[in-house]
Amino acid sequence: MSDQTAHGTVPIACSINGRAYSLDVQVNERLLDVLRYRLGLTGTKEGCGEGECGACTVLLDGLPVNSCLVPAYQVDGRSVETVEGTDEQWAAHLHEHGTTQCGACTPGVVMTARWLDDTNPEDLSVREALAGNLCRCTGYRGICEGIKATLKARQQSSNEEGNP
Amino acid sequence: MKRIEGISKLTGRERYVDDLPLEGFLWGATVRSPAARGRIKAIHFGTDIDWSQFVIVDHRDIPGPNEVAMIERDMPILAASEVRHAHEAILCLAHPDRHELRRAVASVRVEIEPEEPYLDFVAEPTQSQIQYGSDNVFKHIAVNKGDVEQALAEADVIIEGVYETGAQEHVYIEPQGMVAWEDDAGVLRLTGSLQCPYYVLNALMHGLNRTAEQVRVIQASTGGAFGGKEDYPSIIGLHTALLTLKAGCPVKMIYDRGEDLAATTKRHPSHIRHRTGFARDGRLLAQDIDIRLDAGAYVTLSPVVLSRCVIHAAGPYQCANVRINGQAVMTNRVPFGAFRGFGAPQSHFANERHMDAAARQLGIGPAELRRINLIRDGQQTATGQVINDGTDRVGLLDDALSRADYGRLREAHRAFNASNPYRRRGIGIATFHHGAGFTGSGEVDLASVVNVAGLADGRVEVQVANTEMGQGALTVLTQIAAARLGYDTNDIVIAPADTALVPNSGPTVASRTAMVVGFLIEQACDDLQAGVMQAAACDQRPVGAHLKQAIQIVVSQTEDHQPIIGSATYGKPPDVHWDEATYTGSAYGTYAWAAYVASVEVDLRTFVTTVTDFVAVQEIGTVLNEGLARGQIEGGVVQAIGWALSEECLWDEQGGMSNAQLTNYIIPTSCDVPLNIDVGFVENPYAYGAQGAKGIGELPMDGPAAAVLNAIADATGVNPTVVPMTPERLMELLVPNE
Amino acid sequence: MRVCMPTTLSDACSMLADAGTAGRVMAGGTDLLVDWPQRAHEHDDTIWIDLSRVTPLRRITCADHVLRLGALTTYWDVVQSEQAAEAFPLLKQAARVVGSLQIQTRGTWAGNIMNGSPAADGVLALMAYDTTIELRSTAGVRRVSLDTFYTGYRSTVARADEILESIVLRRHRYRIQYFEKIGTRQAQAITKVGLALTQDSADHSWRVVMNSMAPTVTRCPALEGVLSAQQPMAGPDAWLPIIDADVSPIDDLRSTSRYRRVVAARLLHSALADRCDWIGQ
Repeated sequence: MSDQTAHGTVPIACSINGRAYSLDVQVNERLLDVLRYRLGLTGTKEGCGEGECGACTVLLDGLPVNSCLVPAYQVDGRSVETVEGTDEQWAAHLHEHGTTQCGACTPGVVMTARWLDDTNPEDLSVREALAGNLCRCTGYRGICEGIKATLKARQQSSNEEGNP
Repeated sequence: MKRIEGISKLTGRERYVDDLPLEGFLWGATVRSPAARGRIKAIHFGTDIDWSQFVIVDHRDIPGPNEVAMIERDMPILAASEVRHAHEAILCLAHPDRHELRRAVASVRVEIEPEEPYLDFVAEPTQSQIQYGSDNVFKHIAVNKGDVEQALAEADVIIEGVYETGAQEHVYIEPQGMVAWEDDAGVLRLTGSLQCPYYVLNALMHGLNRTAEQVRVIQASTGGAFGGKEDYPSIIGLHTALLTLKAGCPVKMIYDRGEDLAATTKRHPSHIRHRTGFARDGRLLAQDIDIRLDAGAYVTLSPVVLSRCVIHAAGPYQCANVRINGQAVMTNRVPFGAFRGFGAPQSHFANERHMDAAARQLGIGPAELRRINLIRDGQQTATGQVINDGTDRVGLLDDALSRADYGRLREAHRAFNASNPYRRRGIGIATFHHGAGFTGSGEVDLASVVNVAGLADGRVEVQVANTEMGQGALTVLTQIAAARLGYDTNDIVIAPADTALVPNSGPTVASRTAMVVGFLIEQACDDLQAGVMQAAACDQRPVGAHLKQAIQIVVSQTEDHQPIIGSATYGKPPDVHWDEATYTGSAYGTYAWAAYVASVEVDLRTFVTTVTDFVAVQEIGTVLNEGLARGQIEGGVVQAIGWALSEECLWDEQGGMSNAQLTNYIIPTSCDVPLNIDVGFVENPYAYGAQGAKGIGELPMDGPAAAVLNAIADATGVNPTVVPMTPERLMELLVPNE
Repeated sequence: MRVCMPTTLSDACSMLADAGTAGRVMAGGTDLLVDWPQRAHEHDDTIWIDLSRVTPLRRITCADHVLRLGALTTYWDVVQSEQAAEAFPLLKQAARVVGSLQIQTRGTWAGNIMNGSPAADGVLALMAYDTTIELRSTAGVRRVSLDTFYTGYRSTVARADEILESIVLRRHRYRIQYFEKIGTRQAQAITKVGLALTQDSADHSWRVVMNSMAPTVTRCPALEGVLSAQQPMAGPDAWLPIIDADVSPIDDLRSTSRYRRVVAARLLHSALADRCDWIGQ
């Protein structure tokens, strides 16, 4: 049982943006801190540390989570996607609609949007899905329209690919 | 043109202060006052900490005067012997490990011998609460036009009302943060999240006793500001700098959200009393307005906030007799400071709610009462400024009403309300204005300078101290320069907002950047073209590709290929005259005008108000970039809806913020606001703004609170006078406690 | 601070027993990690028993009119589970409003129960059903009705060595199922007034549950009595004395006692007037 107990640091192995990492993390370290201060993946932002603002949203095994509320050691054996893994073409869709202003909430917004794109959840509107991403600049219209348009454009292009 | 840095932000590449690579640095933190007011008796350092591992800075480590240089110099950088508000900074600590640092901050106990705080700014202070002058009033401003008493005596109807607004927190999503280090040449460099590099530079020069050459301030990408990073960065900048100087290595200080909420500035709470005389036909005869603002513990920007508050207090209306008395009062709360709108939102809330209450009492429609009184060209504002800009303000209102389908909706709401057991719908209007740029002689005093530099490759670099904080300044200033020079926007470069590289073009505040600084860029571009024309001996003024080519040639001919510089310095438009002593004349070079219409639904079971539709029509001169402008309006309206309905700072017994968490300070989510805000622009170019632009950033903060509460009044029949009009407050109006 | 990462529930129970008073159980962390950097130093001596590797606890099973949620079941798991949503629709309703999507994907029903917040939305929905929880320790399993689990503000009958293993909902047929959360805003909010109602279609018995109205999420026996007696109600205000017999809301950062009482009465009245012809308008 002793190998199941950790003081100080815990060795973990995980995938981040498709790349394999082996790290020793502190037991009291958050996923957010590991991403930002150990791996230099500073795209993920800390807006509150309370799990309220969603600026630190990443995908953990494909689901959006607040990385400020995830103990880093829990990521062992799992996969993490961050804003740095966002395709520029994909981002360009959002750019058309005033989705970003100051940019501090943007990485979290992009991750929620990528989850919507990946999963196309039924009975969940873009607006509802975005409720966990506080934005203080846009008034949300630009964000929601940008995401809707992106999802639509992506769907159309994948339909076209599927039906040549 | 799309936002220049958009893709960088959408892919997470944009670097904010906490993202910048930094080696061998210490984290900084602040020890704060637990009490509202008192003398510092002792500071106890916990015995569980090895203090030899920490850098500790107190007031004795300050090389210059212990003063944060702002309008006045009353605020200490670090409290020395007394504290004036809870969360006032007393010590700064630095350590390589952030966890250890937090543990250390928690183990310091500051012992305060308490004195009686003054916390209720509406009540007159008792003798023992007086800490400034004879009455705690930091600043008193009066406007007098005509004979108010006489006019009130002759008025058919006198209508009175008292309106109150609470403190609002900016909640920029990126908290305050700074990094400081000393370079090899002994220059202290500071980079961080800030609006006004030269404000911070001046504060550092004063507090650290350094020359301008010994200090350098560089703006990092800034994740929202809204005024909250106008004055406060001087304070956190000084703290970070002091730690760096003592530590001898770089120091980074990033506030946690809780600290940011509790310790930084907020919108001034207001208490405004209106006594208004009307003719029976609805004409305004006299406006008697008393304004009291809670300034908090130190002066900061309160005198100028009060000034804008007073100047806007009478609204966009013609009235021959106006008396406005404004006071900014010192209390033992966190200092209140700049926030989008800068005093005007408080004024317009009071005045526009009052106009609605008056319309009801006069039996005149709220739209009609405004039509009767909206200022016409040739008429004068409260300060005696003649408005003659050709804007049809009544037409603006009618445009908003027609976009909102006002008449039909009012009828539809009546029918709905009569048939629905617990839902009530209503519609409300606000007409208002916002003076663009600094108040009075402010722009003259600033004497802003802008340079544009023709580079060796023919591109042109715009050198200004104005900053991008999400509003789109980088993009709009690029557009302005490109248009003036006939350039492709890719050939325009905006220099970093670095005090070593750019002249002082004034702060990024007061909705002045596109209008005032943009106009100076145009002039500097003209100067550059003239310089190139002369140097290259062209026959005519070169533009576009010719200019680019000519710049390449001219620069290549200079010794060591120095760029060729065009420059411009602010000059007062000829027809602007302001008398600070009497508060008369042209308070602003120009005004933006607006008419907003809000529709709400109130649930009588829960007293929750939902804003269902919103129309925002404004005249802002030329619209430089419609996408960005629309984003400014939508964002401002939503921030104002938050202020109107849910955002409230609650205070503990020491005057500190008791809900300093985003869980309990309630800003709107995507589900709380209308996503269908109908934004309309009417363009009437202003002769002294870039391409005819006026200010835009603050305007949308001014009107929505009144429009929303007017709609609540229309829906429910009550007379709400307080923001935020939370469900709890609305319940007390609708179901009074017996 | 120490973290134990057991892979079986029996190891987890042993570790918790060994940890004594220093032991604390962690699942999704959405409550425990709030403001973590500012609070981490308060946990220097804590021994966390982290359940995340005890994968069998992730299971949702539905058989013989019984829904069983393992301790690691998240809100999102229930939103995704057609069986759970169909059998107990209030669970899905609660899951969707408990917090943002980012909270729904991490927060667990078991954590919501064990954290003991009077504002717990998951508990509000669970208590509206016939719910039992299974508490595991080295001494074995103990079953406790959720109705009797809370003894006071953030205190429960659970012992320090017990881990919540499963939440067991027994399915009845319901004539009425109602859930309403009034929060500080439309989404991602903490509840100011929460109300859940069910009426069993077989024996017509009622469950009336409120959160954020008392030191714990609580059933309301006086209200249940009035409903069982089919006592007509003149209007929303008529409910107030009965509400006062069941709950004692307070003024706090989020709302006022009076608001909570008045709104609870109005929600009750409108919900029931729409569904029960004997209530009156």
